[in-house]
Amino acid sequence: MALRRNVGLKGLKYRGGGPMLTWELHRISGISIAVFIGLHVFASFLMQQFGSDFGTTMNIVYESLYFQIFIFFVVIWHGLNGLRIIILDTWPRLIEYQHEVTWLQWVIFIVIYGLTVFIMVMRTISGS
Amino acid sequence: MSTRTVVQVGFNLDFAMWIFTRISGITLIVLAITGMVGAFWLGARIQMDVATLMRWTFFPNPNHVINSDIPDLIPGWANAYWQIMQMMIVFFGVTHGMNGLRVVIEDYLTESWWRTFWRGLIFFLWLFMMILAVYVILAS
Repeated sequence: MALRRNVGLKGLKYRGGGPMLTWELHRISGISIAVFIGLHVFASFLMQQFGSDFGTTMNIVYESLYFQIFIFFVVIWHGLNGLRIIILDTWPRLIEYQHEVTWLQWVIFIVIYGLTVFIMVMRTISGS
Repeated sequence: MSTRTVVQVGFNLDFAMWIFTRISGITLIVLAITGMVGAFWLGARIQMDVATLMRWTFFPNPNHVINSDIPDLIPGWANAYWQIMQMMIVFFGVTHGMNGLRVVIEDYLTESWWRTFWRGLIFFLWLFMMILAVYVILAS
């Protein structure tokens, strides 16, 4: 039976290359967004309605520089990769150039994300 | 372990959600760009740091900018237009995300009562998050 196999950590050994890494990262970033932004909404609700210390602590952690850098990574990456998937699904002829498109996506991502992180870190260092 | 049944061709939940994921993905990007352009229009260039701007971009809620140096929050930032924008982001975002969780979970499940259980759990999580987020929007 072709489907009778365990996946689990063996997926990491699968040499799918760049496009497979994007699939992996798309899932990880998607789950991260659902969990962390869901918790942020929940914490904001507690903070707004009950003035809860727990919610305030969670939002302080969420809005710290390190966590924001992580959140922007997953959000911007998930958005750009989703756009690539939509474009490739709509014009299947382009799947031929999948590797090139993936590299182009990384270039665009590094420009957008790098600029965001650069501005954030510079403003934190200069203290304004 | 039983085998997975192949999804039938035609209009079913998986097909509808496949379309919805694409549409909501594009919609979320358009809404995010609207939020960012609107923030600059209202003077974010001199009033906000980039972290606040990004928070506003993905969810234009006045609580997201309350620590910034904005003289008067009510006229530009907290009004019905941005409330509708927030509700659209919440609807498309939560539905897109919960459907994504469903897709990831169902990759590891076969068609059984266990899958029905997870679908029900995710449905109630979806309902809970929608109510929570709309409550936050209307109360802020």
